[in-house]
Parts: sequence; structure tokens; C-alpha cells
Amino acid sequence: MDAIIFLIFAAAAVIFGINVVLRTHPVSSALALIGVMASLAVIYLLLGAPFLAAVQVLVYAGAIMVLFLFVIMLLNAGSEKKSRGAWMARLAGVPLLVALLTILSFVIFRMYPRSVGVKFGSFAAGTVERVGSALFTTYLLPFEITSLLVLIAILGAVVLGYKELD
Amino acid sequence: MPQTIPLSWYLVLSAVLFALGAAGFVFRRNIITMFMSIELMLNAVNLTFIAFAYHLRQVDGQVFAFFVMVVAAAEAAVGLAIILTVFKNRATLQVDEIASMKN
Repeated sequence: MDAIIFLIFAAAAVIFGINVVLRTHPVSSALALIGVMASLAVIYLLLGAPFLAAVQVLVYAGAIMVLFLFVIMLLNAGSEKKSRGAWMARLAGVPLLVALLTILSFVIFRMYPRSVGVKFGSFAAGTVERVGSALFTTYLLPFEITSLLVLIAILGAVVLGYKELD
Repeated sequence: MPQTIPLSWYLVLSAVLFALGAAGFVFRRNIITMFMSIELMLNAVNLTFIAFAYHLRQVDGQVFAFFVMVVAAAEAAVGLAIILTVFKNRATLQVDEIASMKN
């Protein structure tokens, strides 16, 4: 049962991921990216991380992608035009990416043979309680610095988007 | 069907998604689609973090994935503001036409 759910959502994630790259219209790419994130949320559940699955759907698919769609529609972005540079990048890039993927898969299969398995339910540390207590004890300082980072990001976005009144 | 899924399948799924994101970043010429490819790569890395959190039976990997999500949110806010400013000044989203710093 685990394996079937994993295979369904892994295939969905890869198909949506291919759509993100191949679609020429940004809105189609953004919708496919939401599909990738939703599929990954299910896979996080299989890995025993329910809190992160919820955050993935709420923050990533909910907040960030809505921001993307909002900007795409605000700028009225259309399909992209083909250019000479893109063709050259494709010629050189596809073999390099296939090589990268082959080497990565080879190393992964060598380091983690089939006997190293994942069983749903045998690790349940991803609850809000466990993640929250780790955030507020062991990782308290990084967490506080993150709040500063978010504050700076908000200020930066406001300054960049600020329009001088005449 | 076996009850356990090999850990390597999760890692390979992550590698495939990362390669797709890298491909999108290199091949696409629309600045918003390139930005979405970066988000795809960040998601792939998050999957690796969570898979290893499971493998090592520690919650630290999930905390790291949480931090990656926060940084991605901040990055999206600033990046989209920059894209808005570029579009306001240049009236284009094609990265080939935003090349005034080239040469």
C-alpha cells in the first residue's frame, strides 16, 4: 500500500515537474508547480512529517504560489519567445543534465541499497509538538535570526515596490 | 508489493526534481519561470532533508526543511519585488533583453 501511494505521487510530482519546465505560459508553469508541491506534501506524510506536509500546502502551495500567480497576472505575462541563446543552452545543457542525474542516481544506489527501507508509521517525530520543541530549544537562535530575515525581506520588498508620489 | 520502500527511491525522486529545476533555470528565458524553477529545486532539496530525517530518526532534518521554507518565502517576496521593478523600468520579462550589464 505504501509503495503504491509513493509511486502514484512520485509519478505525479515528476509529470508536474516536467510540465513546469516545458510549458511556455507562466500561468501553466505555476499551476504545475502547485501540483508538484501537493504531491510532495503526500510524500512528506509517508516519511512521517505531518507538520511539514501541512506547512508545505499552507505556505508553499498557498502563500508563495499565490504571490507568484498574482505577479504573473499583474504583469500580464504572455508566452515566452524562442531565442538563439536558449537553443544553444539546450544543445549543451541536456547531455550535462542527463550526466548529472545518472551520476547522482548511481551514487545514491551505491550508498543506500534496497535493504535500507522506509516504512510508514515507524517514525512519528514530525508532529507539531516535536518540531516545535526542537525549534524553541536547540534551534532557538537560528529561529530568531530567521524572524529578522523575514523582517528585512518585508522591508526590502516595500522599498523595491515603493512608488514615489508626485 | 513490499511493505517498505527503499530510501534510495526518495533520493532519486529528489534528484530528478532537482535536475528538472536546473533544466528549467538554464533553458527558460522568462524571468518568472526561471524563478519558479528555483522553487522547484528548493522543494527537491527539502525532500532530501526529510528523507534523511527519517533515515537517521532525528527531527533536525525536518527543522532544516522548515528553515528552507522560511528562506524561500523571504526570497520569493524580495525576488518578485525585483521582477516588478525590472518590468516597470524595462517593460519586458525576457532575460535576453535585460542584458545591459553584459560586455
